[in-house]
Amino acid sequence: MDAMINALPYLLEGLQITLYIFFIAIIFGFLIGLLMALLRLSPFKILNWISKIFVDAIRGTPFIVQLFFIYFGLNSFEYLSMDNTTAGIVTVAINAGAYFSEIIRAGIQSIDKGQTEAARSLGLNSTQNMRHIVLPQAFRRMLPTFTNQAIISLKDTSLLSVIGVADLTQEGRIQASATFQAFEIYLLLGIIYFIVIYLLSMLASFVERKFVLR
Amino acid sequence: MTMIRVENLKKSFGDLEVIKDMSTVVEEKEVICVIGPSGSGKSTFLRCLNRLEEITDGHVYIEGVDITDPKNNINKIRQDVGMVFQQFNLFPHKTVMQNVTLAPMKLKGLDKAAAEKKAYELLDKVGLREKAQAYPGELSGGQKQRVAIARALAMDPKIMLFDEPTSALDPEMVGDVLDVMKELAREGMTMVVVTHEMGFAAEMGDRVLFIDGGFIVEENVPKELFGNPQHERTKAFLSKIL
Repeated sequence: MDAMINALPYLLEGLQITLYIFFIAIIFGFLIGLLMALLRLSPFKILNWISKIFVDAIRGTPFIVQLFFIYFGLNSFEYLSMDNTTAGIVTVAINAGAYFSEIIRAGIQSIDKGQTEAARSLGLNSTQNMRHIVLPQAFRRMLPTFTNQAIISLKDTSLLSVIGVADLTQEGRIQASATFQAFEIYLLLGIIYFIVIYLLSMLASFVERKFVLR
Repeated sequence: MTMIRVENLKKSFGDLEVIKDMSTVVEEKEVICVIGPSGSGKSTFLRCLNRLEEITDGHVYIEGVDITDPKNNINKIRQDVGMVFQQFNLFPHKTVMQNVTLAPMKLKGLDKAAAEKKAYELLDKVGLREKAQAYPGELSGGQKQRVAIARALAMDPKIMLFDEPTSALDPEMVGDVLDVMKELAREGMTMVVVTHEMGFAAEMGDRVLFIDGGFIVEENVPKELFGNPQHERTKAFLSKIL
């Protein structure tokens, strides 16, 4: 118990890093996902392919390999090398982006074609149709799957400890080896992750209720 | 003044030739009713008039502007051509008021107050002022369709296209929608109406087009077309439905 209480301040420091990485990565991940979904649905074959190759490449490889590639692999090029936190954010963003792109694409395609026809018949162009009619409805439908992926991405950030990012997991590892109280420390680590993810789910269901599709 | 001119219109979906060759003219303030068996191409014909379907061959001119010419801005042309759908297609995430004000605000630059003033006038016209703050999911089918008409009218279109506007309605709702359409016709709106309501076609139509097999088989004033059809296929169709 003492080990837990002593370790807590360090872990909370790590939690800050974890949340910082998570929020930035999720925002960029969403933007990447939106872009890729729109490329995928565009009428231009070449853009469809760019999106498809990106999504398949990310889905077909393990997260840790992507992380090593971006952190160690790109380090071979001077102008592409980055510190471990940046590499972590980039990896989580790209990884989440690929999954978000599929979620957003499915969300857009689930909206009845009549919605687009009505919007276009009024004179809205395709961008206005997406922005005012299709996307607002699609996002509401996507929210549950979106939350799911956000939670997976949050958990993925724990792998960044492998490249030395001082996140929650890394702080836990340091505390565990410093105190030799692995059971208490890792139990506490799990509890902290659980609480954060639980709060995140609560926030998501609150948002879902607020924006329920009528 | 000629509002719509259709010249040798053809439309295929892959190998399936839905519209083989259609030509017609719609003058200002005319009400044209389009009838025909299902699968005859009448809805596709209507959807070609605002290019919701890409036109395979031929020309459609709206107020003299060729909508098949990619140089002409179709979004601008569509602002003058309102459309009402069988399935209403109201925007479910927006209130009735927002459904009606969206296009005028985004496309005509109306401010909110002006757009809402106009919307209330239109909702009065279709008898739904009190539903302004309701969402489409809270309305009956007939109410939805009347909102859809108000939404289309909010752009001050010069032409209104109706694609089987009463086919998805419960019978007791049909009358309210037809009444709104009749009022619109009396005010001089140019209308093209694909319909199964022969009563409406007979009463309000200046001309009736009978479409079958991808052609306009016969077009005439309703009295002649219904009373004295010239073609065998028209006779066969009318004998089944009247």
